Amino acid sequence: MNAIITSAVCGVIMMFSSVFVENKKTYRHIAAVLLLLLLAVNVADTYGIRLFHIDTKGMLLFDRFGYFFNSIAIASTLIYVVLTGRDIEKVGTYTAEYFVLIFFVLCGVTILSSYNTLLMLFLGIEILSIPLYILTGADKRNLKSNEAALKYFLMGSFSTGIMLMGITLIYGATGTFDIYVTPKETITGQPAIVYSLLESAGLILMMISIGFKVSAAPFHFWTPDVYDGSPGVFTSFMATIVKAAGFIAFIKLFDARADASGVEANAFTGVDWKMLFAILIVSTLLIGNITAVFQQSVKRMMAYSSIAQAGFMLFALFSLNDVAKEGLLLYAAAYSLASIGIFAIMVKMKDHTFEGYNGLSKTQPVLAATNTIFLLSLAGIPLTAGFFAKYYMLASVMKTSGYLWLVIVGVVFAAVSVYYYFRVIQAMYFKDGEATITEEVSKGFKVGIIVLAGLIILFGILPQSLLQWFYF
Amino acid sequence: MPIQYYIAFAATLFCIGVVGVLTRRNAIIVFMCIELMLNAVNLLLVAFSKMHHAAALAGGGKNVTTGVEGQLFVFFIMVVAAAEVSVGLAIIVMMYRNVHSVDVNFLNRLKN
Repeated sequence: MNAIITSAVCGVIMMFSSVFVENKKTYRHIAAVLLLLLLAVNVADTYGIRLFHIDTKGMLLFDRFGYFFNSIAIASTLIYVVLTGRDIEKVGTYTAEYFVLIFFVLCGVTILSSYNTLLMLFLGIEILSIPLYILTGADKRNLKSNEAALKYFLMGSFSTGIMLMGITLIYGATGTFDIYVTPKETITGQPAIVYSLLESAGLILMMISIGFKVSAAPFHFWTPDVYDGSPGVFTSFMATIVKAAGFIAFIKLFDARADASGVEANAFTGVDWKMLFAILIVSTLLIGNITAVFQQSVKRMMAYSSIAQAGFMLFALFSLNDVAKEGLLLYAAAYSLASIGIFAIMVKMKDHTFEGYNGLSKTQPVLAATNTIFLLSLAGIPLTAGFFAKYYMLASVMKTSGYLWLVIVGVVFAAVSVYYYFRVIQAMYFKDGEATITEEVSKGFKVGIIVLAGLIILFGILPQSLLQWFYF
Repeated sequence: MPIQYYIAFAATLFCIGVVGVLTRRNAIIVFMCIELMLNAVNLLLVAFSKMHHAAALAGGGKNVTTGVEGQLFVFFIMVVAAAEVSVGLAIIVMMYRNVHSVDVNFLNRLKN
């Protein structure tokens, strides 16, 4: 509860700071301080210090999982703002407002990590999405940014409509918006089969709509254009923290539904959910990885890579056990940190194609070295956080008997992904060229990015150093 | 009226909305179709709310409030839809200022 209210209040404070503070550079310092405060407040909440005592009538449920994810999301945003704050200033004239919108997105993230009714799920997703539509179109004079905003907005509200239909059908079947409920409890005169049919249809619609939000294939088609068109700094935010939040919402919903029916997840409401998720995973991995191979621009490659990474995160939805939940948190942290680093370096580059990175190791050895670590982590090479993240995901599937082929598919596509990540490394180290950056990087940026790379290696060697906070 | 009629009607409205979104090229019309989808949902929510209320009354309860949350949800949908409209129309106006068109495909053609 602390984090939800504080993030909204921080947004309002930021808004007023744009009235009273003239200097543009101050905004990112204010934002960083507020994010630090937000993180402290959330950690305090984890340890039982509540600032607000509000009876939510069971609409929100706060648990260790949600708190821990909030901390990861807020800490990632803090790192994001510290690293790329200068680039946010360059997007347009309304610097403070961009930070305001980021705070409001965080408010949506914190609601999504703690919702207990479908109403709060809906509100959380909307609070998360609407500021993002604006951020996508922040570069008002740029046609690509316009197109991205329009596409993102139309697809986003379309998927909201589908989700609402899903919620309504579930409500019709169960008579309540609580996520923990069985259809059997609330049969009212109609034959039971009608209700389970309504509920299955509702859940499938919800699956489609959240599939849109986390860009799982075949609902991914908006992703490349939107990620490519929107300003690089906001792509970074969209592809990392927001996407991870979508997965948290996804796993909470399906975890609750699997619990509610009191049986194995594949038996609930008569639909073979395991198979549905398996199809979703395979198509997402296939489309994401194969298309990423053919891209010429690093920004677009990262868009497809984010689809491919979403495929890996979907493994957690498939297996829905404790390893999967732990793994999803680790994956969210590993993926967010690595992608934030790659995007932070990318927005400094003049040319976003692979050729633009040629010879970066000679001109900017620090950036090239850290970028290599981030790329290795995304590819899942041992000694980086990405390795254990992928390991946990595959291990969770191993615990579900009869789906060994899915693990093999995962490993094969992880191998495919190595190709396009290594293309960037190859360009940086083994090709001659004049990689140019738009402006001289500051010492602070270098220190920040080295710390970020250090974190990724730390989680790669000792994943428990992150996960022990989950249990402490 | 039996609930099936409401379900069929809402499903029809919803499908008209979905088909409109997928086939029309004018951003404003696509937008209207999305609103149509939301209104189909509103209608169905109210119908389900009534249905659950009637079932609770038939179950012997007096002054029961079962089903109220369904109608409450409708208000939330209206509020959120209004917020979405304000952002969405702003985005469409922003695009119109730059290219003097609200055709969804116009920008695609411009790129090539």
